[in-house]
Amino acid sequence: MPLANINDSEVDIVIGALQSDLTSFMNEWRTIFSRFHLIIVKDPDLKEELKIPEGFNFDVYSKSHIDRVVGSSSSIVFSGYSCRYFGFLVSRKKYIVSFDDDCIPAKDSKGFLIDPVAQHLANLTTPATPFFFNTLYDPYREGADFVRGYPFSLRNGVTCALSCGLWLNLADLDAPTQALKPQQRNSLYVDAVITVPSRAMMPVSGINIAFDRESVGPALLPALKLAGEGKFRWETMEDIWSGMCLKVVCDHLGLGVKSGLPYVWRQDRGSAIESLKKEWEGVKLMEEIVPFFQSMRLPQTVATTEDCVIEMARTVKQQLGPSSPVFTRAADAMVEWVKLWKAVGSGSSPL
Amino acid sequence: MAETRVSPIPLLQDELDIVIPTIRNLDFLEMWRPFFQPYHLIIVQDGDPSKIIKVPEGFDYELYNRNDINRILGPKASCISFKDSACRCFGYLVSKKKYIFTIDDDCFVAKNPSGEEINALQQHVKNLLSPSTPFFFNTLYDPYREGTDFVRGYPFSLREGVPTAVSHGLWLNIPDYDAPTQLVKPLEKNTRFVDAVMTIPKGTLFPMCGMNLAFNRELIGPAMYFGLMGDGQPIGRYDDMWAGWCTKVICDHMGWGVKTGLPYIWHSKASNPFVNLKKEYKGIYWQEELIPFFQSAILPKDCTTVQKCYIELSKQVRAKLGKVDEYFIKLADAMVTWIEAWDELNQSGKSSELPNGPAK
Repeated sequence: MPLANINDSEVDIVIGALQSDLTSFMNEWRTIFSRFHLIIVKDPDLKEELKIPEGFNFDVYSKSHIDRVVGSSSSIVFSGYSCRYFGFLVSRKKYIVSFDDDCIPAKDSKGFLIDPVAQHLANLTTPATPFFFNTLYDPYREGADFVRGYPFSLRNGVTCALSCGLWLNLADLDAPTQALKPQQRNSLYVDAVITVPSRAMMPVSGINIAFDRESVGPALLPALKLAGEGKFRWETMEDIWSGMCLKVVCDHLGLGVKSGLPYVWRQDRGSAIESLKKEWEGVKLMEEIVPFFQSMRLPQTVATTEDCVIEMARTVKQQLGPSSPVFTRAADAMVEWVKLWKAVGSGSSPL
Repeated sequence: MAETRVSPIPLLQDELDIVIPTIRNLDFLEMWRPFFQPYHLIIVQDGDPSKIIKVPEGFDYELYNRNDINRILGPKASCISFKDSACRCFGYLVSKKKYIFTIDDDCFVAKNPSGEEINALQQHVKNLLSPSTPFFFNTLYDPYREGTDFVRGYPFSLREGVPTAVSHGLWLNIPDYDAPTQLVKPLEKNTRFVDAVMTIPKGTLFPMCGMNLAFNRELIGPAMYFGLMGDGQPIGRYDDMWAGWCTKVICDHMGWGVKTGLPYIWHSKASNPFVNLKKEYKGIYWQEELIPFFQSAILPKDCTTVQKCYIELSKQVRAKLGKVDEYFIKLADAMVTWIEAWDELNQSGKSSELPNGPAK
């Protein structure tokens, strides 16, 4: 098990609750979660009371908290999977780890239970290497190193701001893909952590992530809301959008993004075919979103995460806004998010 | 992934040459026999040409020693290194096949975590025959692999991928470390089997190791020049690195992909770190200049063939790296000589020209 030499008190685990009964979820995670403080944010659309078992150190935030802090006239909608961003906002910790509430700890290829929190923290507390690809993957892992030909001046690496984990069983495929292969489940355990190179874009899945809130907190943002957005990952793109913004920010500020370990076990939920009937918009929008972000270059003068987001929002409104109101709304949400972050997110005392 | 010990179904045996540089012997071929025997071998014998290198029975091969290289290339033989495995690129030059697989003579068959022997050649062929995805990173790695796919958010317009020009394999046991790392960690072995193939994104450079490498010769062959190393040269152990940087820049320009990851081979020999240090010494600080050079290298739109790209690169090497050391002027000359030799020996061969200019 990788040892992160950081205090548990520097970490918040944020869970967006889209289901009301978290009993079995929390019990599955008990041995891993019980050391940490948890922020559980209830989907404001959820009517039932949350059921959370004993023995955890947690705070719950629900619609009333969100409304009180954010106000009613906000372009940011914290419903569904986006409820977790409220948790990111009110946290005061350096590191945040977040999982979907239909994920449980997985076992590695040797049958040992994986502690994804420990792996995420190890990823975040060892450097990333975005400027040159190391063919033996993460050079800071035990038993690995930089290979011959890797320039020495790049071996210090940069701070890792985001750690993107993966999923066994139900992988994060889109609805058309999963619908075509309804029986396909991911059983391939790839024992690697990779830094995603600078200027390489990627789809960041929100299902299993961790980040350095201090460095990039404002860049994880609830902005892109599909018209048909629903309560299944197949029906949302909010994390993909947030991840593209975050990657641009990291590339601009010289921070790293890692992908790979840890794996979580994602439980079967919903039907890809049903989601497919509902939601196509996201797939179409990606065709515009990807080239847009690939060519985005922020001016040198933009030096903070907040300013990066404002600048990106401006460009989104200008260039993508004309093609769909969903982008205009996203741009507005991004600006609002930064305001909110400055007002609420950057204080030193918790809410 | 699991391969049988019995001779597997040959794949592309008439379209692929195996190029092996050697200065010692070819005993290692015995272990590879079930996987290599269906293929034609090109042995490039380095060092003393009067030494007889025995090729194990039953292999179909051609062998070239220094005398052959001099005879075939005449004065152009100056571009082929002596006393360095860089000489292997002579094998690429004389091959008539579409694909090349090159392997070092201290690399053996590895086993996967289930204990089954890995047919490295077959995996390379799979890598080369399936598309690459350099424009957007797939977090589940190779999307064309059985049991996996493109993830949510991956644009459909990019799911066809592009042709794969290079398949870069890895090594279990002795890792490919540079001399300083070897000195600090003399006992470290690579025991981690990472079950993935991935495309190296466009715009990203990597250190290409020539120990376990395959490529589409028809696409990228002319870029696979392994430079001036070894005897009479100020540097060694940067041959494959040089070829890799040139190749990646050109692949990015032409819109082709480079994959890395599987297959693994078992690397048995740890070379002497002190000897390596002497060879690499200049390379270690020259690469601080080389990397920014390659990272910022731009090839103009009218470079529509690999040869044109390579000649253009040689001009830039001369202009910008010539200032670092006059070695790079010699190297730039050798790059031109290489292309001349390539075109001479491959006149009737197909070369890939882009019809409408290079990809963005």
